[in-house]
Amino acid sequence: MLKTFPKGGIHPPENKLTSSKPIQRLPVPKVVYVPIAQHIGIPAEIIVDRKDKVEIGQVIAKSGGFVSSNIHSPVAGTVTKLDMIVDSTGYKKQCIVIRTDAKNASNFVETEYPLKKEIALEPQKILQRISDYGIVGLGGATFPSHVKLNIKADKKIDCLIINGVECEPYLTADHRLMLEKAEEILMGIQILMYALNVPRAIIGIENNKRDAIETFKKLILQEPKIQVAALQVKYPQGGEKQLVRALLKREVPKNGLPLDVGVIVHNVGTIFAIYQAVQHNKPLIERVVTVTGKKMGNASNFWVKIGTPIKDLITEVGGMPEGTRKIVNGGPMMGKALKNTDVPVTKGTSGILVISEDEASRGETKPCIRCGECVTVCPMGLEPHLLMNLSEKGMFENAGHEDILTCIECGSCSYVCPSHRPLLDYIRFGKSIVKKLDVSKN
Amino acid sequence: MTDSILYSVLLLASLGVTAAMVLYVVSKKFYVYENPLIAEVEDLLPAANCAGCGSPGCKAFAEKLVGTDDISDLFCPVGGNDVMQLVSEALGKEVAEKNPTVAVVRCQGACDVRPKTSEFQGPRSCAISALIYSGETDCQYGCLGDGDCVAVCKFDAMYMDETTGLPVVITDKCTSCGMCVEACPRDIIEMRPKHKRDLKIYVGCLSEDKGGIARKACSVACIGCSKCLDICPKEAITMVNNLAYIDPEYCTLCRKCVPVCPTDSIIETNFPKKKVKKVEVDQGAEVKSVNLINNA
Repeated sequence: MLKTFPKGGIHPPENKLTSSKPIQRLPVPKVVYVPIAQHIGIPAEIIVDRKDKVEIGQVIAKSGGFVSSNIHSPVAGTVTKLDMIVDSTGYKKQCIVIRTDAKNASNFVETEYPLKKEIALEPQKILQRISDYGIVGLGGATFPSHVKLNIKADKKIDCLIINGVECEPYLTADHRLMLEKAEEILMGIQILMYALNVPRAIIGIENNKRDAIETFKKLILQEPKIQVAALQVKYPQGGEKQLVRALLKREVPKNGLPLDVGVIVHNVGTIFAIYQAVQHNKPLIERVVTVTGKKMGNASNFWVKIGTPIKDLITEVGGMPEGTRKIVNGGPMMGKALKNTDVPVTKGTSGILVISEDEASRGETKPCIRCGECVTVCPMGLEPHLLMNLSEKGMFENAGHEDILTCIECGSCSYVCPSHRPLLDYIRFGKSIVKKLDVSKN
Repeated sequence: MTDSILYSVLLLASLGVTAAMVLYVVSKKFYVYENPLIAEVEDLLPAANCAGCGSPGCKAFAEKLVGTDDISDLFCPVGGNDVMQLVSEALGKEVAEKNPTVAVVRCQGACDVRPKTSEFQGPRSCAISALIYSGETDCQYGCLGDGDCVAVCKFDAMYMDETTGLPVVITDKCTSCGMCVEACPRDIIEMRPKHKRDLKIYVGCLSEDKGGIARKACSVACIGCSKCLDICPKEAITMVNNLAYIDPEYCTLCRKCVPVCPTDSIIETNFPKKKVKKVEVDQGAEVKSVNLINNA
């Protein structure tokens, strides 16, 4: 019996179309648009000016506070403007626009770094570097990594969990990374274990990625402190709280963090970025993005520079197929539909999913039939139908008492609802109001 | 036989007396004094319970009026100056006089001038749409068209125009309670002074985008060209973030800014169609030929 979390969960069709496609390198774009708010928390502060020449990896926006992150130039080139550019929601956000220098060789020469096993830095320096090099959680939430690693003296961490679950359908970015960069990831884990003095680490991988599990199992034979755990295929297992529960049977408190139960969770992508930052001085300027869709002929995985317009990615896989109705930034469950394709890839973009007419539409909303499906599948043990009703009727205080803020917005309730009720839309709305009420109360 | 009648009568009588005594003691002991003025003032208020004054209802507002010494910053927008004057007389306190206001919708991005570039299939509510994304058109400042303002209006003073997809204020019914202003996530609705014959001049756009971008998203957008700014004799127009704003305090409704606007984003309502100079003189005759652009 494979491990999994006990409450709720669903199993949507996996559709991992690109799991056998090696990660290709996308041509360097002519212009990159780098937003200054790519992470949760305070946006970074721009420290370059128009017409400045920038090098690859140069800091162009400085962290604006503790919960914030540096942003580095993904290309060598010239800053052409600092402007408001439409982001994936359609609102305009501050961006740094950099024109790539076509003559600068550093843009086009791709150094393949050899695996470096010696850890030269001291623990404190490693953590400092993770903060300086703009590492954020690459699983999608883009939480600045140094905040997670900043452990207060009274907390003791006894386990590091590596999230290689990738429970979203369609996405294969983490899967491919695990196959191609397994040794580097393992090294990254050792760096973190050394820096934080953690006695053990577990890599959690869903059982639909047998090849990745086998790869790691072979590699960890000499590493007694690191384990690999195969997990039952179930969405949303990649959620931090679900993963901690599945692997260690520890329940993260409802307003707490995995830190409270002695665990730190990091995505494999983040671990790889940490490895590169610590061992090869490479800041976070590119990431793996899965570009996929049932009608996309050349759907594949790509190394993409942060700031590349999404339309470049779609052109690379053969253009937009006919009858495209929706383009999603992220996976089909948690991703957000894009308003246009000029939007740049950010640190949080794990996939671009192109959906055709027949899959894109929501069903007609009908009255709730009290079947209780949403309650059954909710991984947080909430009552989505109730939260939706309370939000719809404006009873936000009651919704707060029903723990609306613990919702992880996985969308399982909306997925299973036979009446196609927009449960998550209302819950998200309710959450936003309850958060405001809570802030005003304090 | 007579005994049983006697006993029951005595029993019931004693029960009644005991209960009366208990009630008397309790009513004396736990008596709550309420200022009779509160009920009096509440009767004067319009009983709309709209919360436009900031208090949760007319009773609460009456308590506040009676309880506070200086009521000059309290105002009932629904009752207006007349009601506040009565309240002032009843309480013997000074009240401030305010010019009557009316809600105006500062967006004219109808379906034909502001094309839809995407489709939203979620619940039709402005608050939810605004939370998720910038709306179905390319303008991130304009009306979302889901009618949250219409839904909160307690006076039936608003409706959605089906052809334009925009809300419309019925000036005669609008009490300027301000519920729609609060409900609108885009701050499109503004309270502007009510002039006679419902004359209004305001910028019907909130787009802070640069000219080209704003124009591309909506052909009647303010492009920030500053032509109105230059022509205004009273310096009532300000230009902030590529957006003109007519300050009602200084605007004299001279209408010089309206024809110079290249995108027709300055709205004038209920002015006579022809540009007759003697508007003020010739009131009675001209009322019939009002231009009902934005009025129902």
